[in-house]
Amino acid sequence: MIAQLPILQVIVPLVAAPLCLFIGRPKLVWLFTLVSSFMAFIISVVLLQQVMTNGTIIYSLGGWSAPIGIEYRIDYLNAYLSLIISATSSIILLAAHTSITAEIEESKLTLFYVLFLICLAGMLGIVASGDVFNVFVFLEISALASYSLIALGSDRRALTAALRYLLVGTVGATFILIGIGLMYITTGTLNMHDLSLQLVNVADSRTLVTAFSFFTVGVCLKLALFPLHWWLPNAYSFAPSVVGALLAATATKVAIYILLRFIFTIFGVEFSFSILPLQYILVALGLAGIFVASITAIYQQDVKQLFAYSSVAQVAYMMLALGLNNTSGLVATLLHLFNHALMKGALFLALAGVMYRVGSVQLEHFSGLGQRMPWTMAAIVIGGLSLVGLPLTVGFISKWYLLRATLENGWWPMAVLILIGSLLSIVYVWRIVEAAYFTPSVESSSNIKEAPLSILLPTWLLVLANLYFGTDTNFTVTISNLTAQYLLGASP
Amino acid sequence: MCFLLLTAFAITRAHDLLATVMLLSIYSLLCASFFVVMDAVDVAFTEAAVGAVVSTLLLLSTLSLTGRFEKPQREKPLFGLIIVLTTGALLIYGTLQMPPFGSAAAPIHQHVGSYYINQSYAETGIVNLVTSVLASYRGYDTFGELVVIFTAGVGVLALLSSQKSYPIAPIDKTILPAPMKQHHILRVVSKMLIPLILLFALYVQFHGHTGPGGGFQAGVIFASAIVLYTMIFGLQAALDVISVAWLKLFSAFGVLIYSSVGLLSLLSGENFLDYSVLAQAPIEAQHLGTLAVEMGIGITVASTIMLIFFSFSGQMHSIGEAQ
Repeated sequence: MIAQLPILQVIVPLVAAPLCLFIGRPKLVWLFTLVSSFMAFIISVVLLQQVMTNGTIIYSLGGWSAPIGIEYRIDYLNAYLSLIISATSSIILLAAHTSITAEIEESKLTLFYVLFLICLAGMLGIVASGDVFNVFVFLEISALASYSLIALGSDRRALTAALRYLLVGTVGATFILIGIGLMYITTGTLNMHDLSLQLVNVADSRTLVTAFSFFTVGVCLKLALFPLHWWLPNAYSFAPSVVGALLAATATKVAIYILLRFIFTIFGVEFSFSILPLQYILVALGLAGIFVASITAIYQQDVKQLFAYSSVAQVAYMMLALGLNNTSGLVATLLHLFNHALMKGALFLALAGVMYRVGSVQLEHFSGLGQRMPWTMAAIVIGGLSLVGLPLTVGFISKWYLLRATLENGWWPMAVLILIGSLLSIVYVWRIVEAAYFTPSVESSSNIKEAPLSILLPTWLLVLANLYFGTDTNFTVTISNLTAQYLLGASP
Repeated sequence: MCFLLLTAFAITRAHDLLATVMLLSIYSLLCASFFVVMDAVDVAFTEAAVGAVVSTLLLLSTLSLTGRFEKPQREKPLFGLIIVLTTGALLIYGTLQMPPFGSAAAPIHQHVGSYYINQSYAETGIVNLVTSVLASYRGYDTFGELVVIFTAGVGVLALLSSQKSYPIAPIDKTILPAPMKQHHILRVVSKMLIPLILLFALYVQFHGHTGPGGGFQAGVIFASAIVLYTMIFGLQAALDVISVAWLKLFSAFGVLIYSSVGLLSLLSGENFLDYSVLAQAPIEAQHLGTLAVEMGIGITVASTIMLIFFSFSGQMHSIGEAQ
């Protein structure tokens, strides 16, 4: 059974999705969804252990060994990523039923869970696959599911947000497909490992450079790198709350994973960072993204929008760290993948609680919530502090490694700029704190109670994870280090 | 090729959305013929069925909801033009150094491709190379594509099926007349055609091994017969034959057929979608596996397309009633 685990973690949610339609009762469907997500989570834990002890796992689908067939190739990077994805989705699902029942019609609940599972399976499939075309197929699966999930939002603007996301996402996917097609033309293979061997022979071809550029632009659209981020804030904020939480915690991470995989495993560091000035582009856009997105976040009235812009800034941090092109930078990117999922998962779930009780996440409705919903607000405060990067939270760990990476390159002015960027995040977190604790509550909010336990507990689970992994960095730093070494060592 | 460019240009210039949709349909048909010239018959088949027929129908039903003409806009999207030109220039720049078209020395014909060409028949016993790659060698990708289609169906259903707007109660047929009641020729001809189309769909479904065809194409053809029936005899008549609730289950059922083949291999201790567990002789096993998988594809594709079409026309009906 152990040998089948790589496929099972994708197939369990994928097969569970159509089965949901045969169940009927929304509550049972939710339980079923929750169980399958947890199964995927347990499998990913076992897989990570397997990779740690035995090294890379190769799994040939249909019994055809690569490059004839499709293979799954589980190494540190994808085991780590699928752990992040399945863990956050399971915790979010714990809160999903209470939150989603209040936000969408009852007749659509089953369909919602079907789409949720498909989205999850799509992301896990992208991460596990060792075949570039297979990655594209699963990218489409998860993207299509997330467009529909976003459009389910109760706000009518959710529809336009979803449509915009659909258009941008389709353009991104087309670019990625063009890149993959050109790679296939020059090498005749779609298997990642095989590609990395074949591409060395054609490294100077213009076709390959074009393939790389198309691919990178496509992925950057998907991961919302500034200035290609404009679709993200509306998509995250008008979606149903739990969908916002899922996408904010995982979707951009998956896109970053694809970028990492292509840069390090397929094209190799030398090609990626020497033929094109990708390194400088990433650093410049990363810096610009941090500042523009953080400043925009400060002026938002809708708290979901605020955190969505902050997500753009956080993605920019990760790209900046990647662009530094040294081991610490890569470790910082990998750490932040995990840490940011924890922060944004906690924050968006807390907002789901606010949405449930208050029915709105406008900043003006936050007044007095510090007394009315103490636990939820405390969660937002801790999540926010983690976003800022205060010691004892996970945010500090990623910032610490990022600063170390910049100093290793001797770019101390950039370190200063990063610190200024953190100051900006203090400002937008402070605006929420001010509204929640230091503004007298309005009359109409007098009957607002604490969020229900089913939302509060998962939120606090993530908040405590923020604190735990902020003090005990053993797990995250070890795994990030191993991954970084593996990626830099395995690349040709 | 020239026609293709001409049509694309005409599409961008047209302001009448109905004309745009018709031009898009022509564009798809041209694409399909282009694929035939390139010897990609299977792709041409799908393009003709999906691009020229089904998507045109869906766009037309959307148009009947929204109105025929686009809003006039004055702004000149210069920025967009620059980006498009850059992209195009980059593409041309990249393709200039591509291996020449049709050259046997090109990498795509050397590496994995030649393996498929030489070994496929011996290993799978399937005459149609495309089917063997699609259903066996890269069967997992095809499974993914099937899930994409299923997702599309579920997504449309989730967005359009609102209890307020969907006619659930069986409405008396005299109140809701069939749209084409007065066109006797259409009714008679379509009644003659529909069984033939259904039969052809089944032929395409089971003939994927030896000729162009397979589940995707068959599903679309099957669905288009039902869509024709709906257009001539009315939505209610079609819903009497097969309801939305059943279609939903059927589209899930197709995906489950495909995955159960894979799970069967898992249970016998082989890798996912390894067909060799299905029968003793490897060739026969491949045949069985492909057949089952194509069956799943056909069911899901047909029911998803019907589902999407019914959702759209259900929307039309409810709006019509409101007025």
